[in-house]
Amino acid sequence: MSILFPIPDQDILERRDEIVAGLGALLPPECLVTTLDERRAFETDALTAYRHIPLAVALPRSTEEVAAVLRYCHEHNVFVVARGAGTSLSGGAIPQEDAIVLGLSKLNKILDINFPGRTMRVQSGVTNLSITEAVSAEGYFYAPDPSSQLACTIGGNIAMNSGGAHCLKYGVTTNYILGLRLVLMDCTVVELGGEALDSPGLDLLGLMIGSEGQLGIVTEATVRILRAAEAARPVLFGFETSEAAGACVAAIVGAGIIPVAMEFMDKEAIAICEAFAKAGYPLDVGAMLIIEVEGSVAEMDVQLKRIVDIAHQHGVQVVKESRSALETALIWKGRKSAFGATGRIADYICMDGTVPTGQLSYVLKRTAEICAGYGLRVANVFHAGDGNMHPLILYNVNDPAECEKAEQAGMDILRLCVEAGGCLTGEHGVGIEKRDLMHHQFTPDDLNQQMRVRAVFDPQWLLNPAKVFPLEGRVAA
Amino acid sequence: MSATNNLIRFEPATEAEAADTIREARATGRSFSIEGGGTRRGFGRPVTADAVLSTRHLSGITLYEPAELVVSARAGTPLSLIEETLAEKGQMLPFEPADYRALYGSHGEPSIGAVAACNISGPRRIQVGAARDHLIGVRLVNGRGEAVKSGGRVMKNVTGLDLVKLSCGAHGTLGLLTEVTFKLVPMAPAEASLVIEGLDDAGAVEAMSAALSSPFEVSGAAHLPAGLNGATATTLLRLERTPDSLDYRCGRLIELLGPYGTARRIEAQESRVLWRDIAQVAPLAKAQAPAIWRLSLPQRTAAQAMADISSNMGARYFFDWGGGLVWLAVMPADDAGASVVRHAVAQAGGYATLMRAPDDVRTRVDVFAPLGAPLMKITAGIKASFDPDGLLNPGRMYAGV
Repeated sequence: MSILFPIPDQDILERRDEIVAGLGALLPPECLVTTLDERRAFETDALTAYRHIPLAVALPRSTEEVAAVLRYCHEHNVFVVARGAGTSLSGGAIPQEDAIVLGLSKLNKILDINFPGRTMRVQSGVTNLSITEAVSAEGYFYAPDPSSQLACTIGGNIAMNSGGAHCLKYGVTTNYILGLRLVLMDCTVVELGGEALDSPGLDLLGLMIGSEGQLGIVTEATVRILRAAEAARPVLFGFETSEAAGACVAAIVGAGIIPVAMEFMDKEAIAICEAFAKAGYPLDVGAMLIIEVEGSVAEMDVQLKRIVDIAHQHGVQVVKESRSALETALIWKGRKSAFGATGRIADYICMDGTVPTGQLSYVLKRTAEICAGYGLRVANVFHAGDGNMHPLILYNVNDPAECEKAEQAGMDILRLCVEAGGCLTGEHGVGIEKRDLMHHQFTPDDLNQQMRVRAVFDPQWLLNPAKVFPLEGRVAA
Repeated sequence: MSATNNLIRFEPATEAEAADTIREARATGRSFSIEGGGTRRGFGRPVTADAVLSTRHLSGITLYEPAELVVSARAGTPLSLIEETLAEKGQMLPFEPADYRALYGSHGEPSIGAVAACNISGPRRIQVGAARDHLIGVRLVNGRGEAVKSGGRVMKNVTGLDLVKLSCGAHGTLGLLTEVTFKLVPMAPAEASLVIEGLDDAGAVEAMSAALSSPFEVSGAAHLPAGLNGATATTLLRLERTPDSLDYRCGRLIELLGPYGTARRIEAQESRVLWRDIAQVAPLAKAQAPAIWRLSLPQRTAAQAMADISSNMGARYFFDWGGGLVWLAVMPADDAGASVVRHAVAQAGGYATLMRAPDDVRTRVDVFAPLGAPLMKITAGIKASFDPDGLLNPGRMYAGV
């Protein structure tokens, strides 16, 4: 595989025993992972082709313990890679041999639920889904819903500014975080924002979200929750071609209708997901949209009628409404397990470029050509309403030549997304995966400005140093 | 307000010209007061600079794709032009940017760049978020004279650090915005407001909470206490929907609000005027009060904070955002009541911004809530990373930054 990690710092490697002992003085044994076998569990994330065993893994139980670990690492020049649940598809949580992993899994408490003000305070290691589960009985939910929501943590969502299927209407993580407790690399603990909608000064909250563990370690967050709609209903629309489905999406938005979700699957993805979830997806169509509407039964009927009319103008072949809560659950299960279901039939890498929705048809066509050119299969499943594409390039991880081809195809597709007016990553983050393509989207002045801001927080570049920015040409504050 | 009238003016017509102007200024240490339409000069600390850098000639919509719900415009483009262009296609900026000309007694045309630079939102912010939540791309020239972009024109983008958010609400202290890109939404075909009279502050916040916690997607929630805009207190809730859905949801909300009083329904045009006035701070704008504050408060402590302030000094105020925003006019002339206001607001877990006061008061009294030492250090570091010589709107947000 072709993505390089920095050459491990020999000095840090030689000090491993000393560093482990230093951390051992700060944390009880059950909060420190040191044996090789146990450290191996942290060697990668969901970008499994890359593996590096860290020096040690610290699992602090409080903000104070996080601060103590960072103080030690700051004073002793040790690299730190933060980790939530390790579900990053871009390699954001992959460690390096000369770094410790700072795992936040023990910070897993919900601290406060404020229904009248519609906010919650949670520790950063709580899972995305458990936030919604804590308030769903009262009819509330936490809106950003990445497919990995069962496992992924709010801390990881903050690091990557995660989206999900419903962000067409509801927005992404950055629209739902009101406050953060943050430990800076020099071990200072700061509070950003709070329960109020605005916070004073520069929007450091906005800067933190999506910063991929490079600016500080989040230990607590205040999130906005919403009252759920009276009801929701997903509908399956089958089309002969991807182009027809894409045109239908544009026409719906153009008609002033913003459904809660508009998810796209091509023939390959439909077959993979249906085999896994048995959700009743139509197998004889070229492309499918899952469009979800919300409201009262009468409101949903009216909105759906308008959508169905537009779909008929685009030659829709199958229209299938969910008739029960069970069917709704199956329809979403199929979509949300797309990556896992794909993993059952092949290894895959998942791209995450976003393109202007007007370019979807073109980019889908070119994606197919690129993958065919490398002799690889591709399945497409993505958020059509906002143009965030997720081509899944299928390959065999045990075949080095095929690995190389898959990576090259992925890079070609991301370059295509940028050239089509889009970006490298919509919701998965840069991590290591797109790091070396950053020059394709940004000029040196753009990147240098970002790096100078980064260096304000961490002048020594100790936090997650292998990620986001190309290894060459890094700048100080 | 600021003494910018006699200063030399630079009015670049392209981003490249703007970059040249700032690069040349670096050589001589010339500092700039940044100006868009000049309608919000009174917002922030007074800037003492050597020259004015205006976006007046950086004007025009550069991209509008209705089917993609996105618009890009050069920073000096009049907001009114953008709103008219979007309205022709039945679309709008989601966050309802407020016009502060009445508040500041200013003239001219508000620019889209200032909406981004000052993170200007309106009543719909409670439902859909602020300008910062819909700004998806910026181009700017930093204090080094470098053209820098962040974000882009697509809805979802996590590529690199979010300098878009950092620029939004930075009041031009990090760079001269040259082009901004916003997400859009379709306009609702119909709107109506429900009015309940006679609630006290605590009761009103409770009623607004109940409405905002309903599944009916309330897009405005404001409370005007007794004596402010008429003899009785009025609590206002807005819905923006298709006509059928509007009728249904108004009916359901009236039922839900039953415990708080009988809600009266106000139709389209009258509703629009009400919310425009709230956005523009009209209930206080004409007050002779020396100082007007904008308080950002947790909803659950808002009524208590206002009781604390009112018990200490003469205060006229109203609530927006379900209690999360309070506009407050106070009488003390010397420090604008800052110590009382800031103490009460801090107790409540919120922040206070001094929105309108004479220049000398805004020089002496912190306009933006003071930051603790660690955040001030970061703020100064970020400023230096964009503008090492302090050329752009020096001191606009914090003295020395």
